[in-house]
Amino acid sequence: MDRDTLRAFLRDMLLARAFEEAAAEQYTKGNIAGFLHLYPGEEAVAVGVIHATEPSDYVVSTYREHVHALVRGTPPRQVMAELFGRRDGISRGMGGSMHLFDRERRFMGGYAIVGETYPVAIGVGYAIAMRGLPEVAICFFGDGAVNQGTFHESLNMAALWRLPVLFVCENNHYQIGTEIHRHSAVTEVFRRAAAYDIPAERVDGMDVFKVHEVTSRMLREIRTGGGPRLVECETYRLRGHSMADPGSYRPQIEVRAYASTDPVSMAVRETVPAYPSHEQLTVVGKDAIHHATEHGLGAGHLDSAEVDGIKSEVQQLVQEAVEFAQQSPDPEMADAWQCLHVNRRNESLT
Amino acid sequence: MAKEDIFYWQALNRALDAEMAGDDSVFILGEDVGLYGGSYRVTEGLYAKYGPLRVRDTPISETSFTGLGVGAAMTGMRPVVEIMTINFALLALDPLVNMAAKIPFMSGGQFPMPLVVRMPGGVAKQLGAQHSQRLEHTLMNVPGLRIAVPATPQDAYWQLRQAIASDDPIILIEHDLLYFSKGALDVEAVPLPMHRAAVCRAGRDVTLVSYSRNVELCLRAAQQLADERIEAEVIDLRSLSPIDWETCVTSVEKTHRLIVVEEDCRFAGAGAEVAATLSERCFFSLDAPAKRVAALDIPTPFNGSLESASIPTVKDVISAAQQLCSVADPGVKP
Repeated sequence: MDRDTLRAFLRDMLLARAFEEAAAEQYTKGNIAGFLHLYPGEEAVAVGVIHATEPSDYVVSTYREHVHALVRGTPPRQVMAELFGRRDGISRGMGGSMHLFDRERRFMGGYAIVGETYPVAIGVGYAIAMRGLPEVAICFFGDGAVNQGTFHESLNMAALWRLPVLFVCENNHYQIGTEIHRHSAVTEVFRRAAAYDIPAERVDGMDVFKVHEVTSRMLREIRTGGGPRLVECETYRLRGHSMADPGSYRPQIEVRAYASTDPVSMAVRETVPAYPSHEQLTVVGKDAIHHATEHGLGAGHLDSAEVDGIKSEVQQLVQEAVEFAQQSPDPEMADAWQCLHVNRRNESLT
Repeated sequence: MAKEDIFYWQALNRALDAEMAGDDSVFILGEDVGLYGGSYRVTEGLYAKYGPLRVRDTPISETSFTGLGVGAAMTGMRPVVEIMTINFALLALDPLVNMAAKIPFMSGGQFPMPLVVRMPGGVAKQLGAQHSQRLEHTLMNVPGLRIAVPATPQDAYWQLRQAIASDDPIILIEHDLLYFSKGALDVEAVPLPMHRAAVCRAGRDVTLVSYSRNVELCLRAAQQLADERIEAEVIDLRSLSPIDWETCVTSVEKTHRLIVVEEDCRFAGAGAEVAATLSERCFFSLDAPAKRVAALDIPTPFNGSLESASIPTVKDVISAAQQLCSVADPGVKP
């Protein structure tokens, strides 16, 4: 792992964390309405996976997609303006938090119906196959999405036709408030891919380097005609399902234990979690502190002054994004009609 | 030379062939569309001509293969998805309603949706309640979707070609019983815009608005009504979303009487929209409230005679017209 890559990972994780915390704050202030599903805790997945992609690849995302878009390169101001529902948002204020789209960066959308990402991704994969290009469709989904019929239908077709699709499970252990042991007969998601003969692995989704390494290898295999792959990233969200959810169904010990494994929190002043005691960690059974140390401040590759520099850079970027969103006007009804009829080229329907 | 009599399915087949030959991004997918040639023969011969990548037999997975069409359309391909019957389209409502119809809009206009979804719909011959139904009302209520309902081989050819060329998501509802009906096809004729309604027969006493298979029903009724000196004007809507209101309004303002004839169930059916809108727009022209001749609000019975009794007949249209004309103008005697 070279120094620049490490720095880029850390920078994007810090940006992601700062952005989401700012979004939470704006929600509380009433500037963002509707559903707001935040990503803190899961940054290593988005960063590890998307940094392994090429600009010519496609990303199909879920309703928890702000960070996927940010890491893909969508300017934070355009993401924030969309959360505000404003005209300068990346979807012109018609999509909102759950429907970010960025055609230029091949970001194929956030989808708010759980399980919709698979068919879109195999469609993109089919188009790639027809054109014979070395591109890949990246399909994000959560553990709650693996019990939708589309998971099985789409994996079957992807395997049958050897489509260039990388399925990325963000297993944060909860479908809204239902823990994975209560929603899935098989809790190791990657094992399900065996039913369709799709090579699959599970990776520590709190470890950005491992996520990146496995994803890079799988993408190489897919590009050289290997057919689809599935990677399950075991991760955890530190907040509730959405801003409307206090997450009361989760034991505090669990939240704290995971928080301490989180690679980002240590670096962002505002969100440093209280570390669980040794006794509490024994109950959870995970050497969380070791994990956090390993992936914390660059494992010695970066000095703290540099980290401080990145932190102030991303804080400023996010602050600018919020100001940009606040100043962006509301779209008008004429904009909405234009978005609806945008496909009609020269065809007149009057 | 250009004009010939062919089957409706053949017209669709030629439209597909023409579009596939002219554009490599056009491809077909659906159950049994390839090697088998399609349940109603619509894709016959195309697999041999264009190969399995462009004529793709899919597993029985309506939600995902329709969604596959959506994803492919987002990258600029022009997929034509065949759903074996409209009844199975219920499984694909998510990609149709939540994806195809919404993505161009939700993306702020970034993504076009050049997707065509074809499906037979309507009451066929003794297929039972799960295989014989009309769901156009469900799809009409979705902003962002367009629906074409070709009634003739000529329209089947034109409208399918126009749908494939369009960047809007378009659903073609083809009536099961029309596939093996014959009609003239002139491939060189200048096509009507896809959504334009057609006046199939001019008349002065009553306007019969219909679509798909029931247009033929109305034409037969009009023929018989003419013997009784009731001249019915027959309009084929051709498109259920959007609807060409101008053509309908012009007609009703001339005849002052309106009957909407449909195979859809009466309650909250497609005809309810037509009757309500034209009642609003033509209130001062109408001599009597608009009438609806529609199917009964019952799942389609398997039994042949009950099945026939559940949908409109020529006789039903005639008696509605007689009634309307005598109520509105006692001078016109049936």
